[in-house]
Amino acid sequence: MTERMLALSVNGREQRVLTTDHRTLLELLREDLRLTGTKHGCELGECGACTVLVDGTPVLSCLTLARSAGGREVRTVEGLETRGVPHPLQDAFARLGAAQCGYCTPGMLMAACALLESVPAPSADEIREALSGNLCRCTGYQKILDAVHLAARSRG
Amino acid sequence: MTVPGFSYVGSSRPRVDAGAQVSGRTVFADDIWLPGMLVGRQLRSPHGHARIRRIDTARARALEGVEAVITGADLPITYGILPVSQDEHALAVERVRYVGEPVVAVAAVDAETAARALELIEVEYEPIEETVSLEEAATDRVLIHGEGVGKNVHRSVALEFGDVARGFAEADHIREDLYDFRGSTHAALEQHAAVASCGADGRLTVWSSTQVPHYLHRTLEKVLELPAGRIRVVATPVGGGFGGKTDPFSHEIVAARLSMETGRPVKITLSREEVFYSHRGRHPVLMWVRTGFRRDGTITAMHFRTHLDGGAFGSYGLATLYYTGALQPSTYRIPNYKFEGVRVFTNKPPCGPKRGHGTPQPRFGLECQLDAAAADLGIDPVTIRLRNLVKPFSTTVNYLRITSCGLRECIEQVAAASGFREKHGRLPPGRGVGLAVGAYLSGAGLPIYWNDMPQSEVTIKVDRGGGVTVFSMAADVGQGSTSVLATIVGEVLGLDPSTLVMVTADTDLTPVDLGSYSSRVTFMAGNAALEAAQRIRDTVVEAVAAELGTTGDMLVVAEGRVGVEGAPEKSMSWPDAVRAAIARSGPLAASGSYRAPDLAGPYKGSGVGISPAYSFSAAVVEVECDAETGQVHVERVWLAHDVGRALNRLLVEGQIEGGIYMGLGEALMEEQAFRGALHRGPSLLDYKMPTFLDMPPVESILVETVDPEGPFGAKEVGQGPLLPVIPAVANAIHDALGVRIDEVPITPDKVVRAMRDLAKGGSGRVGPDSPPEFDFGRLIRVEVPEGFAS
Repeated sequence: MTERMLALSVNGREQRVLTTDHRTLLELLREDLRLTGTKHGCELGECGACTVLVDGTPVLSCLTLARSAGGREVRTVEGLETRGVPHPLQDAFARLGAAQCGYCTPGMLMAACALLESVPAPSADEIREALSGNLCRCTGYQKILDAVHLAARSRG
Repeated sequence: MTVPGFSYVGSSRPRVDAGAQVSGRTVFADDIWLPGMLVGRQLRSPHGHARIRRIDTARARALEGVEAVITGADLPITYGILPVSQDEHALAVERVRYVGEPVVAVAAVDAETAARALELIEVEYEPIEETVSLEEAATDRVLIHGEGVGKNVHRSVALEFGDVARGFAEADHIREDLYDFRGSTHAALEQHAAVASCGADGRLTVWSSTQVPHYLHRTLEKVLELPAGRIRVVATPVGGGFGGKTDPFSHEIVAARLSMETGRPVKITLSREEVFYSHRGRHPVLMWVRTGFRRDGTITAMHFRTHLDGGAFGSYGLATLYYTGALQPSTYRIPNYKFEGVRVFTNKPPCGPKRGHGTPQPRFGLECQLDAAAADLGIDPVTIRLRNLVKPFSTTVNYLRITSCGLRECIEQVAAASGFREKHGRLPPGRGVGLAVGAYLSGAGLPIYWNDMPQSEVTIKVDRGGGVTVFSMAADVGQGSTSVLATIVGEVLGLDPSTLVMVTADTDLTPVDLGSYSSRVTFMAGNAALEAAQRIRDTVVEAVAAELGTTGDMLVVAEGRVGVEGAPEKSMSWPDAVRAAIARSGPLAASGSYRAPDLAGPYKGSGVGISPAYSFSAAVVEVECDAETGQVHVERVWLAHDVGRALNRLLVEGQIEGGIYMGLGEALMEEQAFRGALHRGPSLLDYKMPTFLDMPPVESILVETVDPEGPFGAKEVGQGPLLPVIPAVANAIHDALGVRIDEVPITPDKVVRAMRDLAKGGSGRVGPDSPPEFDFGRLIRVEVPEGFAS
């Protein structure tokens, strides 16, 4: 197994990681960089818990080879805050009870973040569609829907 | 928005841990990394039933980076969650009983080495006859537990309350129906994980995503033969439980053993496939129900038979078996009631408790049959239910003590909100509404192992700056138990709940709580927290009264102050009040506890079903069905729930919405299905569950009956709201299409089959035929409770 140096940006910080070609972005984030905010529920691309943004696009980090993120900008839940101020989505998820066990929350937040960046005022159907690849077993999705709406409004 | 008379109770407040959750800072078990930590993995059986002829681990042991390899010989002591079902080994000994049963475990420097080591292990199996269904379990086969050949029956029960023969003789109309609930799994999003670390001092610490740190502690004590004081169990925040993390699991014991062997921390995280094998989910239950009615719909007698496919081990199964017969009389007055049940062993992953534990299955049968009987008698579904309602503060025929009961309000409110009476039988073809109700325990009345100690203990300590720390072993599994306890303590001490320090679920630090199961935490740990907080308040008030030269009964504790209401000069800040109390009586700490009253009835088996209080729910589901494709689209759900008192409205709504979600999944798509002994699809893709796109809008209605024994009147909400949803879906489909699908999940193929049958002039029913014959054992006859008949 040859190891190669991989350079990428994670949450605005340049990172150089010695890694193997078959390593996934999920493994790189959680195990090499210890950014454990990103979760996993299946490692087969079925649950959406590992969603992160690569150059602003939501990807399933469990199905993404780390090397394919080389030279690109990766954003995880740890990078959602701006100088200690929570992202409107984080604030809305907390206030409206959109997280129960909280395990799907980081992936849900990242998918919602990508949505709001392309569609600032999404309809309920647009939210449902954008988050339909993220499973949640606790909430029944209703409070997540409410929270994304609230975040969109508060971003104005 | 606050509720009159309360500062915090009753309002909608974010969880106390919400900030950590949304920032990715919540540390789940798999997020723990310790220095020198090894990765543990388990090799699992590819056979449903086989003798283990030989295990050769030499090549795995020789692999560089492998630090330990263990087999069943290293963990010979059996365990199980119930004292009467100590039938599991952490690693199989001599025999494997289901596909996916752990056989060998390794600890290695990394995941890749551990995976290679598993490939190098040779296990020689001799396959033996499998038993995979109720029908097979009812015939003579190789016994799954024990030597020889016979029927694979785990346990049976037969109870009769009153006289059902007389009750049926009084009936004008008798229905006999069969229902099948195929069983499902929890599929919590977090895969089970445990980290074990045996320190240089020989003390073992296990961090695990468990709902029951106390029971895990006891299991480790037994299996590892260590004194309890040498073991620390910490339940990490649980990424979804639903009952699926309520047993002690193989991987927890194995991680501990591997750490003891290597002297290094060991982490085992189950793959999603392994989670499906660990299971402990909803039992498949085949039901036969015979009920007698008077012309006006009044029930005269009920005979309920359940047949549970339990999988390979006992788990909670004995309790589950009794639960399939216990709560039918909790919603309706059944004057004569006979319950017969049997649980069998099969070569499949063990079943256990899932949200509603053994009661959603009979509730499905009961509520569907009631709808069918109403139609037979020309009564509407609301009226037949109101006619049979259990009364508040009464005793059921099987000796359940009912206290507060808002079932009538639940039915009336949900019917009004949904327009049920205007819609039922009157919507265009393909559209329909269904109604059903349910009830659930606010905590099991008895602990799992017999003892006369409290079921919940809470300790509160206050520092010299007024800072309050609450210690409780209750595990937050996403339901918000930590926030509920903070609300209760905050209310009593007049402090914002979000400012309290909550130390939970750590056997070294916190006094015992039995765990997050049976919807017990709000009621039991809540009452313990209430008592502890009141003791702290009393001590502080006494000191302040002395300081201010007044009496304690004149003082109010609120908004961070202790003093005479409306007289700011006669008050002290909370920190000053605390310092006065410490100066007067020493360290400021207090404990509270809760033990349920003795509620058991005068018969064997009466320990299951009793609870200090019951929640009640009613649901209306509206569906639109495609008669051609059999697709069922849920348009909307209305659910009214008697929660006693909502301590935190936001959390209560969340539990109702989540319960509806899980109920809809079970009603329409979720099934833990097998081909022979092989799981049909142990993945989140093959195991169908509702996505964002499948979830309809829901309307939650809170009914608050203020239970006399609940903390501030609160009862449970975590499990009850799921119960009525499943039969309400089935009843709505009947209203929409005129077909009866008496088998859950109601998948499109079943609807299509029923429609074809209807078109050919049949009854339009799809469901099970006759159940296999079982001997339910000796019938225990129980007199009805004194005064019950009147």
